[in-house]
Amino acid sequence: MRQRRLLRGLATALLAVVGLLAWSGPGEAQVNILDKVKKRGKLICAVNAKLPGFGYLTPQGRYEGFDVDFCRALAAAIFSDSGRLEFVPTTAKERFTVLQTGEADVLFRNTTWTISRDTSVGLDFGPTTFYDGQGMMVTKKSGIKKLEDMKNASICVQTGTTTELNLADQFRKRGVPYKAVVFEDADATAGAYEQGRCDGFTTDISGLISRKSIMKDPGAHVILPQVMSKEPLGPAWAHGDNNWGDVVKWLVYGLVIAEEFGITSKNVDEHVNSKEPEIARMLGGDKEAPKAMGLDPKWLYNAIKQVGNYGEIFARHLGPGTPFSLERGVNDLWTKGGLIYAPPIR
Amino acid sequence: MPPEPSRSPAGPARVAWWRNERVHRVLAQVVFLLAVIAVAGLLYANVRSQLRARGLTTGYGFLYGQAGFPIGEGIEYHEGDPYWYAFLVGVVNTIRVSFFGIVLATILGTFTGIARLSSNWLLSKLAGAYIEIIRNIPLLIQLVFWYFAVILQLPGVKESVVLPGSIFLSNRGTALPLLAPTAAFSAWLPFAAAGLVLAPLLWRWRMRRQELTGRPGRGLVWAGGALLGLPALGWLVAGQPFLVELPEMGGFNYEGGLILTPEFTAVLIGLTVYTAAFIAEVVRAGIQAVHVGQKEAARALGFHPGQTLRLVILPQSVRVIIPPLISQYLNLAKNSSLAVAAGFPDLFSVAQTIFNQTGRSVEVIGLVMGSYLAMSLFTSLVLNLYNRRVRLVER
Ligand SMILES: N[C@@H](CCC(=O)N[C@@H](CS)C(=O)NCC(=O)O)C(=O)O
Repeated sequence: MRQRRLLRGLATALLAVVGLLAWSGPGEAQVNILDKVKKRGKLICAVNAKLPGFGYLTPQGRYEGFDVDFCRALAAAIFSDSGRLEFVPTTAKERFTVLQTGEADVLFRNTTWTISRDTSVGLDFGPTTFYDGQGMMVTKKSGIKKLEDMKNASICVQTGTTTELNLADQFRKRGVPYKAVVFEDADATAGAYEQGRCDGFTTDISGLISRKSIMKDPGAHVILPQVMSKEPLGPAWAHGDNNWGDVVKWLVYGLVIAEEFGITSKNVDEHVNSKEPEIARMLGGDKEAPKAMGLDPKWLYNAIKQVGNYGEIFARHLGPGTPFSLERGVNDLWTKGGLIYAPPIR
Repeated sequence: MPPEPSRSPAGPARVAWWRNERVHRVLAQVVFLLAVIAVAGLLYANVRSQLRARGLTTGYGFLYGQAGFPIGEGIEYHEGDPYWYAFLVGVVNTIRVSFFGIVLATILGTFTGIARLSSNWLLSKLAGAYIEIIRNIPLLIQLVFWYFAVILQLPGVKESVVLPGSIFLSNRGTALPLLAPTAAFSAWLPFAAAGLVLAPLLWRWRMRRQELTGRPGRGLVWAGGALLGLPALGWLVAGQPFLVELPEMGGFNYEGGLILTPEFTAVLIGLTVYTAAFIAEVVRAGIQAVHVGQKEAARALGFHPGQTLRLVILPQSVRVIIPPLISQYLNLAKNSSLAVAAGFPDLFSVAQTIFNQTGRSVEVIGLVMGSYLAMSLFTSLVLNLYNRRVRLVER
């Protein structure tokens, strides 16, 4: 009797396995992220939660920042509603996994575009939204003036970043021995530095400026003038979905072009019937390109109306009047001597 | 339940093969094996196809690429070394912190367990409070507490706390004097080794005599004499074997001597204090499992409480203690994977960095699981051997 029950159980298990095998077939098919997002009814965006100005969870429980606003604009472009959006907070180390597993649709999180991430890590990258470089923060008291002064110094750095790799390269190149203290979380990295565990704290210069604003005594720290690397920060998504890539890329480009033409969230309605053909095309005149991507002809209108153009997003979170007061510098439009440039909408 | 025909008492009636219990049993095994293989195959195929669909390549070849990232501490390592070596650095760090953690937790846990049963009210209550508090707070929080709230609160290097014996405490670590071998070291070594080998032999010999003659064997004196006397003799003959290297203040930290990093210290303290609370309970249970009659008999024979504990109770409770103790050791080793919270580069933390930089999730997770499994199996193998030994002396 026992045997027979056992046999029956095993047969059931075997059937289940065969069923699973049959079912797992479509797993190989390409996922269409835009369809998935539309079916779900909201966009899931992976962001930073601990970087004021870029991606920050406020004490009121709201995500705010430069990167976060691109998520809102993307949601507006897809759903005509910037609120159809969910955020996934990620640390440096986790951020690629959430894309690979499909837990998030897109990553807007001060992420550097590198060849290994674009290839072996299995990601695709969109246009750079912020040109940055790596810097080093030290205490004023330490008297350190340049990287060469940091022989045998301890340096706090976060894992899962380009930062830890550049640090190694830059100090090796200069022949300066150092001791890394590696953390997996931004608060731990900056916290240990503030408590005096390390002589230096290194990350993107934007990150240093941002973290400095929430330090106990921001005036006690300085950022060395040396720039250790190129850090082009921009959006990323799981490799292989070209249409989704088009959507993200052209959303960013659209917001840049809007700034070029002076179209803002306040005056976008006045531009809808513009005599300038490119403006008319981007604000609803062109039906073909949006249709090919699977978007509403009003996609850019909605994004600009609800969130604003590139310059507005920058000013809102990083510009004068914010704790950071960043210059536009290299992040100004190409017409003003910066690197921010978009191909034409035509 | 209707009776099974093949088992009917009617006698050894011929049964058809499909009703034969032996055939059933073999068949069940075969089907089960097939099911296991099918599930494994399914998982493998699924992982492969999913990785392919996401444009991710598979294989362990990446382990030979340059790691390129720094590791806080451990065996000698340079950023140009390959990934597999970086991983090894993490493995050694895990073994180092687990080993010292196990030793310290055993000592602290044993004392706490005994204290818990002490007739001294205050001592027993203190031990009880320690166990309850520590066991009920998540380890991760304790590690963060030890690191940020205790160790990093120590003064900066320039204002280090100086302890007797040239020990300097600061938030950059604990700097200790280091014994550095001199030229005479190799000549002295044989003496020390001889002492190390001789001591247990002498001990066993004296104990046997004690059993035979009934007179105190003074094994401790003999063994201790050999252990200390021979190296001392070697010192006289060969010359000073060690030089004390004192830590000295460099540009940013102490240099020379032995420096225990704050990260290592915090993780070691955290793991020790946490696991000791569990070991204390294991020890207490083990002691209480020894029949009270044993204690009463020992008292009646004139043993004082210390002797009763050492010679009668503990040897018997060890048999009860060992198996659950093994699990505590394994837990400690596995819990060390939380070390990254305090910035300590254990194997899991290094593996995660490799995983993040290369995108090889499946391979790296496989390596991590394999390493923990190997370490756990090794630990339980050693302790099970010991367990078998203490069981054999059972009379
Ligand atoms: N751009 C670099 C570094 C980005 C990065 O993760 N920076 C840190 C340092 S401020 C950060 O944002 N951490 C926040 C967190 O992990 O919560 C990269 O892409 O690797």
